[in-house]
Amino acid sequence: MWQWFHKLGSPRWFYQTSGKWLPWLSFLALVFISLGLVWGLGFAPQDAKQGNSFRIIYIHVPSSFLALVGYYIMAIAGAISIIWKIKLADMVMVSAAPIGASFTFIALLTGAIWGKPTWGTYWIWDARITSMLILLFLYFGVIVLQKAYSRQGLASRAAAYLALVGTVNIPIIYKSVDWWYTLHQPATIKFTEAPSMHPDMFQPLLLMIVGFYLFYAAVLIFKIRVEILHRERRTSWVQDYFFSKKNK
Amino acid sequence: MFDTENSSASPLDSSILILKDLAFQRNEELLFSSINMAIESGEILQIQGPNGSGKTTLLRMISMTLSPTSGEILWQGKNVNNVREQYLGSLLYLGHQSGLKKSLSADENLLWWRKLNKDNLLPSSDALECVGLTRVKDVPCYHLSAGQLRRASLARLYITRAKLWILDEPFSAIDKQFANELKTLLENHLDNGGIVILTTHQDLEIKDMKYISLASPHKSR
Amino acid sequence: MTNTGFVAIFRRDLLLAIRHRGDLSNPIIFFFIIIVLVPLGLTPESSRLSEIAPGMLWIIALLASLLSLNSMFQDDYNDGTLEQIMILPQPLYFMVLAKIVVHWMVTGLPLSLLAPVFGMMLSLPEPGYLPLMLSLLMGTATLSLLGAIGSALTLPLDKEGLLLPLIVMPFYMPILIFGSGTVQFAIDGLSILSPLAVMGSLLALFLFVAPYIAAGALRLSVEG
Repeated sequence: MWQWFHKLGSPRWFYQTSGKWLPWLSFLALVFISLGLVWGLGFAPQDAKQGNSFRIIYIHVPSSFLALVGYYIMAIAGAISIIWKIKLADMVMVSAAPIGASFTFIALLTGAIWGKPTWGTYWIWDARITSMLILLFLYFGVIVLQKAYSRQGLASRAAAYLALVGTVNIPIIYKSVDWWYTLHQPATIKFTEAPSMHPDMFQPLLLMIVGFYLFYAAVLIFKIRVEILHRERRTSWVQDYFFSKKNK
Repeated sequence: MFDTENSSASPLDSSILILKDLAFQRNEELLFSSINMAIESGEILQIQGPNGSGKTTLLRMISMTLSPTSGEILWQGKNVNNVREQYLGSLLYLGHQSGLKKSLSADENLLWWRKLNKDNLLPSSDALECVGLTRVKDVPCYHLSAGQLRRASLARLYITRAKLWILDEPFSAIDKQFANELKTLLENHLDNGGIVILTTHQDLEIKDMKYISLASPHKSR
Repeated sequence: MTNTGFVAIFRRDLLLAIRHRGDLSNPIIFFFIIIVLVPLGLTPESSRLSEIAPGMLWIIALLASLLSLNSMFQDDYNDGTLEQIMILPQPLYFMVLAKIVVHWMVTGLPLSLLAPVFGMMLSLPEPGYLPLMLSLLMGTATLSLLGAIGSALTLPLDKEGLLLPLIVMPFYMPILIFGSGTVQFAIDGLSILSPLAVMGSLLALFLFVAPYIAAGALRLSVEG
């Protein structure tokens, strides 16, 4: 059993196995997202209050989910990396960071696009957007800290520590921003909450959420593979891989 | 990669300190590997090698400041990770830097060091007198010369009860006279059953010296 | 249970702080400088200053805390005393805690005690004074604890640039929210018990967690 676990942590095994699954995963992601987009953008009914502009939630909501989930994936990978000293977990953490940050950025961007027609401004300090912005800073911190260290071993450990402190703080931050917001905005309107959902609106959203998760997984695996090639570039199996490709 | 397991000594391993298959990898480079050595009470070990070969790294590994990439260190038959407190309580490490606060005097620095190492001291002897710094003992350390700083740092050797001395370039910046005194101090420590591990560029002539030679760093695989 | 490591480091750091007496006034001077900027940049009108005073005072305190973080471990790291401390058999947790406590005593504590003076300069309404001091006392302690983690993580790196503030800021934000919220509640006539309780629990949480993580990060830094 321990052997299986050890194998799981082998970059080479991961590279070879993921190579088989990645095309299927990407295809599935593409299917879900296309279906969801076409349905949501084209066929779902208009919203009573927001008209057509609400449709941006089909990108905004899945992005926000993945922004948050992505941070936890990064932090858990970091924890595994420092507790059990598994190199692959380390690579997962390093790869997950910029991907999660990108999703956070997309969430903020789509939030802004949603904002203009809805409340007349691109930016508004409501609880969710503010929390999302702080999450972006948390990501930046991990990414920049990691890049600042010249030694990979130290870089990953420092980043893992920071990510862990971040996971403890995320609930604190979200709760405090919520509290802060309700203090200053007694109105119960939450600007970035999706309008009450008719099932016809909800189903494409579900498709998009699943599609985005698949997309995240595909991009993450791809990035991990690149990281593996980079870190293991001096090993024999990587050299062979490129040699054999060239000889074909 | 799954290396350090708990290994207890066989009856033949009576050595107090055993370095077993130590290796250290920095980024993708293997700094050194297959370092093996058994050290008994009263023995001195010198780590040799060109600059950058990992001498200081090895010393810090022995003092548990950093962990080896693979291999283990055994103290009295047990992996040092399992007897951490006891092991650290038995060693004294003096690194490149002085380990002294510049804005405190040599006397004050030693005072704090004594308080932190309370359980590991010889009944009082005037350490600073032993290193000839009585005259400047109350002067803030930023006024001291490099040689005086080194002597203040080495003063700790005169009052410690630690068995294992790990010294990184102890002879740097001191004059010939004190160098001889230091050599005598080391020899006395060895005669009392202590162990010394050091790096130095000096030609130390101490009987039965053991050596570990580190080559230039080489790439892995 | 007196921990010899804690007591020894505590007293040593206190002695060092006294030796560097000149630096003690830095956070306070910073506060005064920034406080002058506020009316100059906004308005001298008392009524408008009163409105922003709770938040503004807290923001400046946060920045002052941020600026002081570099000094926490840098000195010990540079002269090798940190390494010496880490080789001791005593648990690093208590010795790190001692350093953080002394750091707070020379940065956050004086600021908190002088808060009424700063409050007066920004026309802070009367009910806000005591809550300001209380929230600052607890808050700056938490900031020192959180800052220790960031400080330890960035120890071997070049201190120029905004790496340390970037890392530490998101963690500071809840403290800011509840700290200024406490003062605002008092001014609005509400009970400050609930935000103060949150500040207290955050302090307790990080009192427990922060030295532990900072110690781990310090071991990491010393390896470098």
